[in-house]
Amino acid sequence: MARPVQYNIYGQTDVKLVKEGPEGYMGEGFFSTSLDKVVGLARKNSIWPLPFATSCCGIEFMATMGSHYDLARFGSERVGFSPRQCDLLMVMGTIAKKMAPVVKQVYLQMAEPRWVLAMGACASSGGIFDTYSVLQGIDQIIPVDVYIPGCPPRPEAVIDGIIKIQDLVGKESLRRRNSDKYKQLMDSYGIQ
Amino acid sequence: MNEHHIKLPEGSIEKQTTTLNLGPTHPATHGVFQNILELDGERIISAEQTVGYIHRAFEKIAERRPLYQITPLTDRLNYCSAPINNMGWHLTCEKLLGLKIPKRVDYLRIIIMELARISDHLICNSIVGVDTGAYTGFLYVMQYRELIYEIYEEVCGSRLTTNIGRVGGFERNFNNTAFEKLEKFLNEYPAVLKEFENLFARNRIFMERTIGVGPISAERALNYGFTGPNLRAAGVDYDVRVHTPYSSYEDLQFDIPVGSTGDCYDRFLVRNQEMWQSLSIIEQAYRKVKEFKGKEAEVFHADVPEYYLPEKKDVYTKMEALIWHFKIIMGEIDIPPGEVYQSVEGGNGELGFYLISDGGRTPYRLHFRRPCFIYYQAYEELTKGSMLSDAIITMSSLNLIAGEMDA
Amino acid sequence: MCISPLAKANFQVKMTNDSIKQQLIEKFGDQVQNFQEPYGMLTFEAPKELNLKVLQFLYDEESMGFRFLTDLQAVHYPDNKGRELAVVYHLHNLVANVRIRFKVYTDIQTPDVFSATALFSAANWMERETYDFYGVNFVGHPNLKRILNVDELDYFPMRKEFPLEEQTRVDKDDDMFGR
Repeated sequence: MARPVQYNIYGQTDVKLVKEGPEGYMGEGFFSTSLDKVVGLARKNSIWPLPFATSCCGIEFMATMGSHYDLARFGSERVGFSPRQCDLLMVMGTIAKKMAPVVKQVYLQMAEPRWVLAMGACASSGGIFDTYSVLQGIDQIIPVDVYIPGCPPRPEAVIDGIIKIQDLVGKESLRRRNSDKYKQLMDSYGIQ
Repeated sequence: MNEHHIKLPEGSIEKQTTTLNLGPTHPATHGVFQNILELDGERIISAEQTVGYIHRAFEKIAERRPLYQITPLTDRLNYCSAPINNMGWHLTCEKLLGLKIPKRVDYLRIIIMELARISDHLICNSIVGVDTGAYTGFLYVMQYRELIYEIYEEVCGSRLTTNIGRVGGFERNFNNTAFEKLEKFLNEYPAVLKEFENLFARNRIFMERTIGVGPISAERALNYGFTGPNLRAAGVDYDVRVHTPYSSYEDLQFDIPVGSTGDCYDRFLVRNQEMWQSLSIIEQAYRKVKEFKGKEAEVFHADVPEYYLPEKKDVYTKMEALIWHFKIIMGEIDIPPGEVYQSVEGGNGELGFYLISDGGRTPYRLHFRRPCFIYYQAYEELTKGSMLSDAIITMSSLNLIAGEMDA
Repeated sequence: MCISPLAKANFQVKMTNDSIKQQLIEKFGDQVQNFQEPYGMLTFEAPKELNLKVLQFLYDEESMGFRFLTDLQAVHYPDNKGRELAVVYHLHNLVANVRIRFKVYTDIQTPDVFSATALFSAANWMERETYDFYGVNFVGHPNLKRILNVDELDYFPMRKEFPLEEQTRVDKDDDMFGR
């Protein structure tokens, strides 16, 4: 089971995993930056996902959570199943029309700020199932932030999607959730 | 009512039962199905099941697609062991078309199917462990599922929804890397399985949580249409690989593990023992594959030009290969009329395919006999009178896969 | 863990398709018809009023012993007037290892068939699924309502006249997708 592990020595390769930190003014014993950046940094490295696994993509998610493609190193050590405590709703798998009200209810129960990740072709657009009983993409009922294509997406693709979510979370302005544009987006889905 | 309950005089205390919705989204990612339980304290009085939360209308889709386009649909039935579903579908088509498959292809199919069965039972047993609180087993064996996925990748390119094989054989020969990975798996996995087994099989906490939980007698199991490890745990040794052998299983020697009471502990042990038997089957099949030398070692499909895509070099040089290539890709091959029922031993039991063809290009009617759908009906009988935590363990030990239940 | 003695014993009980056919004809006369053997599995049909009697006979009779219901589903033949819906039962005798297929035809205006739930508990959900997809009304079923589709669906989707795709999509171009 021991596969050779490559240590990414910072500076010797051109892959940067950890940024130095947000830009700001550093002094003796203090660091001043904008609140957005600090809050964004804290939030993005400690996302608590809610795995809404319905079908095959759920098994690939289990493989991503496993030790080979570890998702916990990105801060998602604790996956929760209670919407009240989670930040990121990961919808994985086909959503049928029977299941759509359940997805909407779980989304409504989440507290702001919340993000949504649609994993797999079925959650993004209905996938290979263009039938009377399958919802053709969850963006018909809830707003989605990141789509991960694939059927099922490889774990590396899932991690790429999580990293994109982390980018979004880190760069989000603190005022976004109260802005008019966000309100318009929510109204277009019928969400108060 | 057992001896711990005190009988109070009538009308002295008002009792109300609780309705608990063990709803479509519940933890431990079993899949989406709903149980509405009526509880009296912790004891379950009745359970009503609702399924269909992932109904994708496979049977209707299949009426539109030529034969090889239905293989990706079968992947998504029991997605933990997708190759078994694929092989079952290819066997159905080959039965309808009356094809004869070379022995080497049969043994390679057996290797892939038994790897898929190990992969399926690993998920089920480790999730039973997770539900009783032991998360370690799950993380430890997921490493070996990754190795199985790598073997699939060498053959067909994909990890989970494999779409492996074609009508008549495989799309490419197994290369040396695939065999090396298989040998690595056969060398390393027995020790891991032994360690996993030691973690649970005689573990007092696990035994107390699973012995006597969710039992079913053999007569009721047969009446409910149980098949697979759940039926074998109840005492009936019905295994499709032995009763109606397909793909040269009759050349190999293996045992069928059988339990006695049909409770969760027996199901766990039956699946565990089946993994040992699958390892032995893979070793025997691998030895038989290695016996083919020279020209015969190049055989990986039957010679059936109407349903198997010809090689590109033939397409560019020979006329018939070009015609067959065009017809197959454009979906203009007519299927001979007939009706056929073929079943394989899936991870959960007898997965059956009933195919009616009327001579057109797509099936007239295709029905999947899905084992999960049939034995989930018995859930109420299994859990009536038991406690809530026992109901959770029963659900996970039955190995309910939502994709197979709703199809 | 050991192999139960059941397995090794009983493939010696010889039941051939002909012997089954003979016994059925003796019991039911010419009401069982249309005996065929596609790919080795004996297939026959009976009028829908007799379906429970035939199933009971196949279950109880010692020389038949078809006590396992493998599968129950329906087929829609829109061109056979008066016999549009076929309900197909697959039965299996586990001891002698014989399978048969039994069909019952009903017409689409009055699709009433007696329910086999009292005999085989496995038939419960299989009949609900058949009702959900084809509209076959199983008389005597304890809980005949939709199982896989949404409860509000007002048509029976697997019948041939209904389309596969949902009809309310506006973003898919029919020319490209060939619908």
